[in-house]
Amino acid sequence: MLGRNAGGLFWLFRFMERAENTARLIDAGFRLSLARPDDGQGDWESILKTTSSLQSYLELHDEVESNAAVNFLLRDKNNPSSVMSVMSSARDNARMVRTALTQEVWEAVNDGWLTVKDLLSRAVRPADLLAALSTIRQQSAIVRAALHGTMLRNDIYDFCRLGTYLERADNTARIVDVKYYVLLPSVSHVGSVLDNAQWESILRSASASRSFRWLNGGDINPRTVAEFLILDRQLPRSLAFSTAKLSTNLEYLVEQYGERVPSADLARGYDVRLRAMSIEDIFENGLHEFIQGFIQDINTLGNQVEQDFRFYG
Amino acid sequence: MTAKQHFDEMMGMAEHPGSERAPYRGFNNWYQGQDPAYLRKKTREAESMFRRIGITFNVYGQKEAAERLIPFDIVPRVISAQEWSRLCRGIEQRVTAINAFLHDIYHRQEILRAGRIPEHLISQNDAFLPKMMGLDPPGNIYTHIVGVDIVRTGENDFYVLEDNARTPSGVSYMIENRETMMHMFPELFSQVRVRPVGDYPQSLRKSLSACAPAMTQGRPRVAVLTPGIHNSAYFEHAFLADKMGAELVEGSDIRVVDGRVAMRTTRGYEPIDVLYRRVDDDFLDPMNFRKDSMLGVPGLFDVYRAGGITIANAPGAGIADDKAIYSYMPEIVEFYTGKKAILKNVPTWRCSEADSLAYVKEHLAELVVKEVHGSGGYGMLVGPTASKREIADFRKKLEAKPGNYIAQPTLSLSTVPIFAKEGLAPRHVDLRPFVLVQPDKITITPGGLTRVALKKGSLVVNSSQGGGTKDTWVLEE
Repeated sequence: MLGRNAGGLFWLFRFMERAENTARLIDAGFRLSLARPDDGQGDWESILKTTSSLQSYLELHDEVESNAAVNFLLRDKNNPSSVMSVMSSARDNARMVRTALTQEVWEAVNDGWLTVKDLLSRAVRPADLLAALSTIRQQSAIVRAALHGTMLRNDIYDFCRLGTYLERADNTARIVDVKYYVLLPSVSHVGSVLDNAQWESILRSASASRSFRWLNGGDINPRTVAEFLILDRQLPRSLAFSTAKLSTNLEYLVEQYGERVPSADLARGYDVRLRAMSIEDIFENGLHEFIQGFIQDINTLGNQVEQDFRFYG
Repeated sequence: MTAKQHFDEMMGMAEHPGSERAPYRGFNNWYQGQDPAYLRKKTREAESMFRRIGITFNVYGQKEAAERLIPFDIVPRVISAQEWSRLCRGIEQRVTAINAFLHDIYHRQEILRAGRIPEHLISQNDAFLPKMMGLDPPGNIYTHIVGVDIVRTGENDFYVLEDNARTPSGVSYMIENRETMMHMFPELFSQVRVRPVGDYPQSLRKSLSACAPAMTQGRPRVAVLTPGIHNSAYFEHAFLADKMGAELVEGSDIRVVDGRVAMRTTRGYEPIDVLYRRVDDDFLDPMNFRKDSMLGVPGLFDVYRAGGITIANAPGAGIADDKAIYSYMPEIVEFYTGKKAILKNVPTWRCSEADSLAYVKEHLAELVVKEVHGSGGYGMLVGPTASKREIADFRKKLEAKPGNYIAQPTLSLSTVPIFAKEGLAPRHVDLRPFVLVQPDKITITPGGLTRVALKKGSLVVNSSQGGGTKDTWVLEE
């Protein structure tokens, strides 16, 4: 397979994952802002931070405001991380790697892009927002289904999965990073209504709200939420799960190519380290520091994958 | 407007109205039983199918509508088995002559020595590549893929308008138009026996493989070279690579490694045996051709010269479809095949010649004037439909650079009905069959790309100028 195509597949699925995650963040932010007397200004600010787009937002708007933030995150062409921008990039990559995709996957991506483009051609009114977000998530789900249902399980598939999990690990880590202060066990926070809403919102952003309850019953507190998002081995969006998958997929590539690559060793190292960690260790050494380190590691891994498989040269 | 009588391929000459011509009988029987509202719905369906599959073309310089669909008309263009076999004989003869001509021009230049073509027409032509002199391409094939543009003016009158010997495009439409028709009207294909076109990509792969260089080991590795996703024909490049099971490469993917042209894979560089390039000569190799090009592969031509790769079509093949050379095609065919050309050439005035220029200036309102090196229907004057103002403007351009133009009479192009608001309505069409050339074998896919001028009376069929396409049927014997 061409190195450029491997890169195209990787980015196609990074962008698809990003679109879905941004939609989920907006969903969580919107619900939270409805419960706030101040329109949830602080919440939108942290969502903009999570998607690394606060600065570009402030270049265009004087203040953080719910409706403007939603549209900036959803459809602003000046925001390279907006759902629309990211879907366009995903489709450009899919066009580039068209020969590596099954017809079903290509059509799912193209259909998704056409649907979302139409959906976001005008500003989205609050009354239509949740339905629009749900459509975006569905389009992403259809692409994933086409991938699972029709693609050969070979290197092509592995590069798709690497893109998905790398992006997901990074996104979940950013959610935790921006909100780490509410996840710190501090006496004054515990049990207040406001913080329950915050935690709920964090779980929602990672599509983990229902599974959290299912596993933990009503026992919602910072320690269990952080543990769930970071270390849970069943939650498909946790850091531990994503890291394990990154390692597995790299091992598949090593097996298919018959050659060990540095990125596989890196991922295996991260996986082993996370498996040995408890949430107490993490809190003791600093949640913030841990997350910062994790985001850095994931970034390093991405660069190594890019080199090992000759995405660009 | 064309006041002249024209030949309608479904109904015959307009002065003899009545029943349809035989090749259209099957279609017409079916059509008469259809509900127009249902057909209109199907037309919209076809459009959304094209958009979903992504059969779009990019229009340069139009940011908003960067990706557009070529309009598709659901009425097929039908060619009988006899008509087709006659066309094929003519095409085969012409393409054989073109390859012989290219070999000669890049070797002993017998045709120039014999005085059949003026020497300056070659030596001063931008499409002539001196670097190709004395070089023997693998299999001795120059034009692996040719798209011959043919127009019809009567029951038995076919003219070649252009020989596209560089990188003819449109073949993906030939295939997808058929796919779409079969999808929408399956019952039609059980009533009329139409020869299939879907095996073109396999034929292309076989034909290209048969031209692989001698040093190829095992199954030849074929790659399609595209300028990238922003190119107007990118869909087709990806489509062909996909259906052939070939790699789709860009210039940045390939470089010369150990004397071979190789592509960067996830596991290192692997050699390419046959490169089906969809870029112009100028963009092939910045070291050997254009220095400022970022699109090419430095050193590619040196590998080619050493016999390390097949390039399809060969660099320099464009000299054969140059519009100035076109006017000599009857001589070229006769010179190399020893027989009269089966397919007619449109009479052509070369404005570089004083007498011709004088005639053309006198008759601008009747003629079609084209740029010698132009394509895509740009920069041409269609006299009979142009305004006085347009003619006056064009006259200035022509006087400034006469050598840049050729002129031809406006042919009374045949029409085929389209499905319009008012029902079936005749529109002018042309035809581009696709021809594959390998040593000792020429394959012509039964069908081709029918382009149709959707505007009433218009003779311009180019997609960039409001043209559409039709499925082209060649009937079984």
